[in-house]
Amino acid sequence: MAGLSGATGTGVFTERRTRLHGWGRTAATSAIVHDVQRDGLGAALAEAGERGALARGLGRSYGDAAQNAGGLVLRLHGSLTDTVIDATHATARVPAGVSIDDLLKLIVPRGFFVPVTPGTRQVTIGGAIASDIHGKNHHLEGSFGSHVLAMTMMLADGSVVEADRDNNSELFWATIGGMGLTGIVLDAAVRLIPIETSKVAVDTDRLGDLDALFAAMTEGDHRYRYSVAWIDLIAKGAHLGRSVLTRCDHATIDQLPSGHTGDPLAYDARQLIAVPPIVPPSGLLNHASIAAFNEFWFRKAPRHRVQELQGIGPFFYPLDLVGSWNRLYGRLGMVQYQFVVPFGAEATMRTVIERLVDSGSASFLAVLKRFGASNPAPLSFPAPGWTLALDVPAGSRDLGELLHSLDRIVLDAGGRHYFAKDAHTTPAAIRRGYPRLDEWKAVRERFDPHHLWQSDLARRLELID
Amino acid sequence: MNNALGQPQNILLLGGSSEIGLAIVREMLCPTTRTVVLACRDLAAGERAAAELRFAAVTVEVVHFDAIDTAASAALVSSTATKHGDIDVAVVAFGVLGDGAVTAVDSLAAAEVAQVNFTGAVAATVAVSNVLRKQGHGSIVILSSVAGERVRAANPVYGATKAGLDGFAQGLGDLVAADGVHVLVVRPGFVRSAMTAGLDAAPFATTPEKVAVATVKALRGGRRTVWVPGLLRFVFSGLRHLPGPVWRRLKFG
Repeated sequence: MAGLSGATGTGVFTERRTRLHGWGRTAATSAIVHDVQRDGLGAALAEAGERGALARGLGRSYGDAAQNAGGLVLRLHGSLTDTVIDATHATARVPAGVSIDDLLKLIVPRGFFVPVTPGTRQVTIGGAIASDIHGKNHHLEGSFGSHVLAMTMMLADGSVVEADRDNNSELFWATIGGMGLTGIVLDAAVRLIPIETSKVAVDTDRLGDLDALFAAMTEGDHRYRYSVAWIDLIAKGAHLGRSVLTRCDHATIDQLPSGHTGDPLAYDARQLIAVPPIVPPSGLLNHASIAAFNEFWFRKAPRHRVQELQGIGPFFYPLDLVGSWNRLYGRLGMVQYQFVVPFGAEATMRTVIERLVDSGSASFLAVLKRFGASNPAPLSFPAPGWTLALDVPAGSRDLGELLHSLDRIVLDAGGRHYFAKDAHTTPAAIRRGYPRLDEWKAVRERFDPHHLWQSDLARRLELID
Repeated sequence: MNNALGQPQNILLLGGSSEIGLAIVREMLCPTTRTVVLACRDLAAGERAAAELRFAAVTVEVVHFDAIDTAASAALVSSTATKHGDIDVAVVAFGVLGDGAVTAVDSLAAAEVAQVNFTGAVAATVAVSNVLRKQGHGSIVILSSVAGERVRAANPVYGATKAGLDGFAQGLGDLVAADGVHVLVVRPGFVRSAMTAGLDAAPFATTPEKVAVATVKALRGGRRTVWVPGLLRFVFSGLRHLPGPVWRRLKFG
């Protein structure tokens, strides 16, 4: 160890440490961070000490999933030029460090879309696999992992292996949703969606209350590839659960207006503005500003509109238009809460929404979706049922009590919580929600007996014994 | 690990029978809390305190700790981390008040107060900070006092130990921030507790529970100092700049 050298910020450690937090900007911890190329990965891992190592993508998980306090954090660079598209079979082999943002710039003009996308383009392929992310098409097409055909991984012993549904299939499924704790994904072969245009044809419905929303989604979601509802979590009483439901599919050439000229696959994904680093410490999002926004958002939506053509960006990634929007929550950051409850537990969903509304915890952009079938991954979050996602300022009064009490309601209904979002729950809640946790741990232990892969999330939720 | 709401899993209280320390621990207890380690000189008092904490699904362990034995305190802190996992919050709450009239004239008594409150606290805090820095996360709560803000003639030794500890804690906090460690300095006014039993309360007197509420709120808010009650910050910013002759004429409690 070097001597004390506080001026350089290295303290008692020979290497400079970096404070890392998730997208929620909470629970920061410090680690040694290295940017590495694929061929430098083995050497970098050799430096890992007893606090282990973890790969980090673009840091979009909300909590502590991509942090490794006191250990090593590796940012694996992925070059878009190494991406190989197989247009005949509509697949691509993509380096794990490539973001969906970059991938779309490559594949949309060639007539393809990613099989599953979350609400931001700023996630890497590695991160998409580790969290087994889902999108607005889960009710029909499942999560990201369901579209991964194979992956190349570096294991804890430094060896590089191929894993797919037939070879190393246990490792394959343990890695999907495995939060980076089974090894580092180097690249993956994924299915793509062929598209004719870079537009989607959107149907919008404004629903006055929660029952109307449940009914509309249950009755009609199967007719749309993508479906998502935005819920106003401030409206009470008769308006509880008032929402805007948008559903769509990729537009065909025929659906473009007659006389349309230019490239139907033109794709332009930009960020319009960014929130500057200086925001009042208490943030700009409070009950009053969110109530005003929610009222506006609800009123601006048409009661019923069909086949409106929208670009991929505005429909899938409205939040990406504003860079660093997470700063709006101020110094204490935000907590994102997402859970799923099975179909039939609509009453539970109503109870949770009532509790959230009554708590007065200001939340904007609460999103309700229907999940379809699960995949075989033991730690994959999606399961058939309803999923609600919302964010709340982390400094909200009594937030801990509220969230822990909601956890119990969700678990009692047979539901569970999403690792990529979680920032507060307990190991016991995870054991209840994920009955196959031990099965996953056993596979993990086989591929990493010395516990090289570690993370703050794993320590907090006791994912590694 | 602390979660996003600042709720800890493992808590170490140095000064395991301190009323303020225990009030802070009670205030922090939550569904994520796994272990509380009470480190104290008086094991019987520690066990009594532990019995009151064991209502929750929390493991409470009482271990022997004497601040004067600085070598042992380093070993204690690292064995706590080895046994229970990362220390999320360590509260340095031990200390003795001493009789100001005695410590001002009895050099042995003065040295004992100084050793416990300053030497012992500094040594234990360095031991804690080494563990937390290696972890890359965690919080240290240091119980300072307004008595250190401007040391009074009524108890110069106690006041000086708190002044020294307070300064140390601030400097350490700045040093270890880069390693992910947070240091919170708590400056209560007169606290009605066993330590002050028999003394007349000073103005703005408070209670261990109020100190605890303010401390946990400050911890979750990422503050580096907290005064209890908060008004004392402004009172003392005035008092510390009073001309000596005026200061000396003031009567407290």
